Amino acid sequence: MLTGLLRRGSSAMTVFGKRLSGAAASAMKPVYSEVTGDDVDFFRSKLQPGAIVQGTEDLASYNKDWMNQYFGKSKLALRPKTTEEVSQLLRYCNEKRIPVVPQGGNTGLVGGSVPVKDEVIVSMSIMNKILDFDEVSGTITCEAGCVLETLDDYLADKGYRMPLDLGAKGSCQIGGNVATNAGGSRFVRYGSLRNSILGMEFVLADGTIVDTLTSLKKDNTGYDLKQLMIGSEGTLGIITKLTISTPRRLPAVNAALLGLESFEDVTKLLVEAKTSLGEVLSAFEFMDLEAVELGLKHLHGVRDPFESRYKCYVLIETVGSNPTHDGEKLEGFLEKSFEAGTLVDGVIAQDNTQMDSFWALREGLPEALLKEGTQGTLKYDVSLPMKDFYELVTDTRERLSQLPAATVGWGHIGDGNLHLNIAITEKGASELVKAQMDPFLYEWVRSRRGSISAEHGLGLMKAEKIYYTKPKSAVDIMKLIKHALDPNGILNPHKVLPRS
Amino acid sequence: MSLSRVLVGVKRVVDYAVKIRVKPDGSGVDKTNVKMSMNPFCEIAVEESVRLKERGLAQEVVAMTIGPSQNMDTIRTALAMGADRGIHVVCDQDLEPLAVSKVFQAVVQKETPQAVILGKQAIDDDCNQTGQMLAGLLDWPQGTFLSKLEVENDALKVTREVDGGLETLNLSIPAVLTCDLRLNEPRYASLPNIMKAKRKPVESIPVADLGVDIKSHLDVLRIEETPKRQGGGKVESVAELVDKLKNEAGVI
Repeated sequence: MLTGLLRRGSSAMTVFGKRLSGAAASAMKPVYSEVTGDDVDFFRSKLQPGAIVQGTEDLASYNKDWMNQYFGKSKLALRPKTTEEVSQLLRYCNEKRIPVVPQGGNTGLVGGSVPVKDEVIVSMSIMNKILDFDEVSGTITCEAGCVLETLDDYLADKGYRMPLDLGAKGSCQIGGNVATNAGGSRFVRYGSLRNSILGMEFVLADGTIVDTLTSLKKDNTGYDLKQLMIGSEGTLGIITKLTISTPRRLPAVNAALLGLESFEDVTKLLVEAKTSLGEVLSAFEFMDLEAVELGLKHLHGVRDPFESRYKCYVLIETVGSNPTHDGEKLEGFLEKSFEAGTLVDGVIAQDNTQMDSFWALREGLPEALLKEGTQGTLKYDVSLPMKDFYELVTDTRERLSQLPAATVGWGHIGDGNLHLNIAITEKGASELVKAQMDPFLYEWVRSRRGSISAEHGLGLMKAEKIYYTKPKSAVDIMKLIKHALDPNGILNPHKVLPRS
Repeated sequence: MSLSRVLVGVKRVVDYAVKIRVKPDGSGVDKTNVKMSMNPFCEIAVEESVRLKERGLAQEVVAMTIGPSQNMDTIRTALAMGADRGIHVVCDQDLEPLAVSKVFQAVVQKETPQAVILGKQAIDDDCNQTGQMLAGLLDWPQGTFLSKLEVENDALKVTREVDGGLETLNLSIPAVLTCDLRLNEPRYASLPNIMKAKRKPVESIPVADLGVDIKSHLDVLRIEETPKRQGGGKVESVAELVDKLKNEAGVI
């Protein structure tokens, strides 16, 4: 019914029977101002010394993403130190119609954290203080620029840990993690960030500071705004502070790397693991043979623990309070699966160094992909029903069989999340490969009712792809919300939501 | 020629990757809830022994440990790596290297191995004494800090890492050997081998049964963490640097 109300291509928009006025509707296509010397003077007057970054060389790392795929042309980066500074600079930018890109660790994989044109970069990097920690509840309050690994190290001393973990932990910032609703490799144990974020302070486009920081576990008073901000990828506001519920850091950690002969065996093993390991299962990561070979080829200090190669590999981790109990559980489960033929080989880490080596392989795969794909890489991050999970990889591999591109698959299979990656090895083949993948991959995922972005978000890469997973009725509401919170469209423009 | 029996020593220590914490009263290292693993140099010793067997240069590899009941984990790791059987000398107190050497001596007299292979040192005390003391007690030749081991013409040809470079020695059998980092890269314990290891025999011997004097001769006075690194400071000019070096640090 709603789709009938919306007329494409018209300058007015009707949603929920309400017509947006012409002015508001034309704000859908915002007009931006360029940064002038006066603007820079203003920023300089409001921010600390050293908080202004200009010059092509100094801005180089701010302007490009980790994958070397997206390059912005920003001429200015600002590094606020306090929420008040963020508020002042946003208020100013909103008045002057200066577009901004909020940036954390800049480790995103969909081009969401770098400018498309010359948007001003607002880097949260120096807002990195840990503000409070409650030893009994394990609740930590910190600024958005805190690096994930720094937070985890701090918590380790206190007997707690962050409820998420990802390969980028040494660089990514918690504000960015929350803005993208990051998943990571321990999602299967600790669940979504949506459950761990208790409170949030954020700043709207017009400079309004919204302080809903709290450490209460239960608070059903009104609409939960922080849930809107989580996963909004910097398009609805800038997150400045967070209060996070953190789990206890349990002492007994075990890991095993397993070799399996087919993807069916992997799914069988997953079901069995959830049953046998139950509450101590903390990670269940999948890598196909091609991915492991890439890792062994390119990563330093990583070696094959097996005598043979296998079609599928699984990295299992358990975390619990009793080493003997967990060790027995893990060994029992693995022996049973081995005897049943579900897995054909496996190694159990005998010390932390061996455990770290398994993770070095798994977490090093993106880097290995970059090294292999000398002429370009394509990364896809999808959620699929288990029965379709690996079929996408084999279909893609077949589709690209005549092109100089290696297709590899890995992922958080415990969460149904596949990372499909393609390394392009010959010059000039990039466009051909992209043409084969878009819209093929998106249509394939839609036909299986999967998500075209499980955890990486939409950013710039998938800004026009949302309709593959969400209906127009939903996207229209998103646009309404975006317009309500950022009428001038200054927050991370060109990202997340489609133009039409 | 092939060694009939190799005795490998394995020690259970705080895991190499764990950050060590000193107990607030300075009486020792905090080991509560801390991950314990096989000493990395002992892993290398086990790996070398198993490789000797795989090359047909040794018939039987016996893994030995001294410690409380939890040391069974360490023996099991050795068995999973390929040792044939285990000896667990049960002892609830920490032993000094001299006492350890005496216990090994007693077991050597029982087992009559043709080589005793140990790690060069343990990463908890860094003593680097047991192998040398044991060789002295047994009056056997010793090859320490090995980066290479070969069995040639009824003798052991070893390469040692020394300050000046590498030293090659021929040792008669039996001998005590200790292993250094570059000797080999230890294998992972595979699931099939872990399962096989469960069926391998492990003999438990209470330390008192060996009739060895394990009395300690050392008194630990205090254990402290290394002083925390102090932050540096920035200076604005050479003159300021010189001034600080002269008047604050007093080094020029």
